[in-house]
Amino acid sequence: MKLEAKIPSGPLADKWTEYKAHTALVSPANKRKHTILIVGTGLAGGGAAAALGELGYKVKAFCYQDSARRAHSIAAQGGINAAKNYQNDGDTVFRLFYDTIKGGDFRAREANTYRLAEISNEIIDQCVAQGVPFGREYSGYLANRTFGGAQVSRTFYARGETGQQLLLGAYNSLNAQVNAGNVDVFERTEMLDLIVIDGVARGIVVRDMVSGEVSSHFGDAVLLCTGGYSNVFFLSTSAKGCNGSALWRAYKRGAAFANPSFTQIHPTAIPQSGDFQSKLTLMSESLRNDGRVWVPKKAGDDRPPNQIPEDERDYYLERIYPSFGNMVPRDVASRNAKNVCDEGRGIGPTKRGVYLDFAVAIERLGVDVIKDRYGNLFEMYEMINDEDPYETPMMIYPAPHYTMGGLWVDYDLMSTIPGLFVLGEANFSDHGANRLGASALMQGLADGFFVIPNTLGQYIAKGKHPEVDPNCDEVRKVEQDAKDFNQKLLDIKGSKTVDYFHRAMGMIMLDKCGMARSKEGLNEAIEKIGKLKEEFWADVKVPGTGESLNQELEKAGRVADYFDLAILMCLDAREREESCGGHFREEHKTEEGEARRDDENFCHVTVWEHMGEDQAPQAHKEELEFEYVELTQRSYK
Amino acid sequence: MKLTLEIWRQKDANDKGHFETYELDNVSSHMSFLEMLDVLNQELIEKGEEPVAFDHDCREAICGTCGFVINGVAHGHMKRNTVCQLHMRTFKDGDHLVLEPWRAKAFPMVRDLIVDRSAFERIQRAGGYISARTGSAPDANSILIPKEQAEAALDFAECIGCGACVASCPNGAAMLFVGARIAHLGFLPQGQPERAERAKAMVAAMEQEGFGACTNYTSCEATCPKGVSIVGIAKMNKDYFNAKLFGGGNLGGKE
Repeated sequence: MKLEAKIPSGPLADKWTEYKAHTALVSPANKRKHTILIVGTGLAGGGAAAALGELGYKVKAFCYQDSARRAHSIAAQGGINAAKNYQNDGDTVFRLFYDTIKGGDFRAREANTYRLAEISNEIIDQCVAQGVPFGREYSGYLANRTFGGAQVSRTFYARGETGQQLLLGAYNSLNAQVNAGNVDVFERTEMLDLIVIDGVARGIVVRDMVSGEVSSHFGDAVLLCTGGYSNVFFLSTSAKGCNGSALWRAYKRGAAFANPSFTQIHPTAIPQSGDFQSKLTLMSESLRNDGRVWVPKKAGDDRPPNQIPEDERDYYLERIYPSFGNMVPRDVASRNAKNVCDEGRGIGPTKRGVYLDFAVAIERLGVDVIKDRYGNLFEMYEMINDEDPYETPMMIYPAPHYTMGGLWVDYDLMSTIPGLFVLGEANFSDHGANRLGASALMQGLADGFFVIPNTLGQYIAKGKHPEVDPNCDEVRKVEQDAKDFNQKLLDIKGSKTVDYFHRAMGMIMLDKCGMARSKEGLNEAIEKIGKLKEEFWADVKVPGTGESLNQELEKAGRVADYFDLAILMCLDAREREESCGGHFREEHKTEEGEARRDDENFCHVTVWEHMGEDQAPQAHKEELEFEYVELTQRSYK
Repeated sequence: MKLTLEIWRQKDANDKGHFETYELDNVSSHMSFLEMLDVLNQELIEKGEEPVAFDHDCREAICGTCGFVINGVAHGHMKRNTVCQLHMRTFKDGDHLVLEPWRAKAFPMVRDLIVDRSAFERIQRAGGYISARTGSAPDANSILIPKEQAEAALDFAECIGCGACVASCPNGAAMLFVGARIAHLGFLPQGQPERAERAKAMVAAMEQEGFGACTNYTSCEATCPKGVSIVGIAKMNKDYFNAKLFGGGNLGGKE
């Protein structure tokens, strides 16, 4: 497999401008002759559908939800970064780029990350034009807040529901294009497989989730914008329906998977409360602006928080990282929370929790200011935990949240299958081994509204794109495969539910491929998950039929893919004999317990190629070259 | 705790539908309402019965996917809530709960507690947006918006499109939903150029879908998970009448 990243030559700051100046274009009259299929309608997919519709392409967009507006981008809380420097605090495009590369522990591509930082400013302009009601100063100018891993204030926000507002902006733009006749949206429709003809992506097989009907759609390019796969852990901050199946099935058709083990465990989620728990709820990172993280100094201290005197508390982030304090990046905050709990200093009923305390901020700023900044988050916390965070500190614990890994793409966002593009969280490209807060919304919108409209033209203009015969053997076979896969699940008629298997796999993954990993543990996980997978295919119970709405069948297909994806994640984590960002190998740490990178041997992207159902996948490397940043030991002290 | 659940079961739009009663033991007070239903469904599947179909996704009260009626109240008895964030500690041991889907002419049945809300899509597509072509936008800070105005827009923009307003309205009206978008965009300077057309188009689409009219019951506001105010309906009516009577000519004036 040849991996050509196709990074434009020339100085870093000019690459994108030069690229746009010289890329091939499709004439306005010809664009409407090209159908583009887009799977997923979050910020990346919804944005791409709107922007490509505006350009005149014929777009078909697909989502499993009953409305494009419900894609999981909607749940992002804290904000979106941009290098506007409206605060006059020294921000520049280069600084946002540098913070992002450093935050990712130097495991992302310079050119892609720089482009992201460069586009960040256009995104804010575009969102305001769409009517996104960002937070404002009394003067009427836009307000900013600070997020982790940065010493400037560059995060734009709409209360604690920034994702919702940005997605509604993209959704409204999408609707304008539906009204204009340029975009068709297919809701409650799930992608089952990718149609590849003569080595080129030409269509998708989908299932109507209400009627159960399986059908195919054809186009000249397919865009996967299906988000991440954190639900492999069963408990995560993702929506219940979020899944990795579109990515996985494309992988099996030849799209390489990059850095699958790079997972973000977000430091501030509400701790688990019981075995029935179905998901974990995030509390925005922005809370760390005003909240102080602490645990008791003494192990096993069971006193309620307000009875623990100040000098018996350990504000461990402020102690260990005096220059960034509570605003260290997510991987660092999560790892430290795990460490203090491992020491027996965890709090709450399960002892897997730490306090996030607002007492000082409330005293300094008053309840009204805190309410204005985080009101809805405090409300949500109280709803779930039945405790008032204005009075008692919040209890938080890390939770699987985001996957930096994803399908490999080049600078054009095209995968190793020509014609298959991958946008947003679904690709691997911009965040390296750890994503900084408020950067996911930025990437989704950048890829959808600004990158793909410029890079797709090149592919469309240069290729031939003959019409697909819907009855050709390739199409028939993929359709039949997809139907057979579902029928096989229905025919097992075993004794255990899909959730039973998913939960069991999630526990293994969280334990062995979560915040800390070791060769021994990963080997154990690979073996256990392999066995569980065998048991699943022999004993899962999926009620109903495929010919109507069947929520258990939907889940079963996703979990079947998660088994294979989980094993690939473990292989990838085992192969990477270093610690970087969220990938922490017990064998590779500094004396202070921080992640120890090995730039000599692992300054690369690991790219996995599917070699067949019963074959081991093959690992390839894309070497990362850094011309503009110096690889340093990441320090937030 | 122990619960008796009376749940509406209906195979599809053509089925007549009926209530089915289930007893559920060992419900933990920490569960959310949907987690309680997950437990019921696991039991049903193990017994070889069809699980209860219900819509849900984020389970954080923001995606707007979930929603059904519990004992006559959309999203249940807690104010400003969705069923995914309704916790079992607010119920008592021995409670008898009746679960029904949103019932409205404009929301056809899909199955059990799931209805088809695509009418909302068609209303929004008719004009619930600002036509801002990608690339046209001026610098974000060139459009100044007083803080109060931006906050007021956000109060309406918070609508999650769940449909509780329609389900709780005796007339099956969607005016809170439509008014929310009209007010959100109408409060912003960027939303002014298309304000009159937006009101006309969205109201026409709403009427075509078979939603009822508002007669000021205000039950929509009372059950809205985001507390969207019926002031949105007034804004919608104002914009609509101005657009119809004066062609939108006097919309640019002061509020």
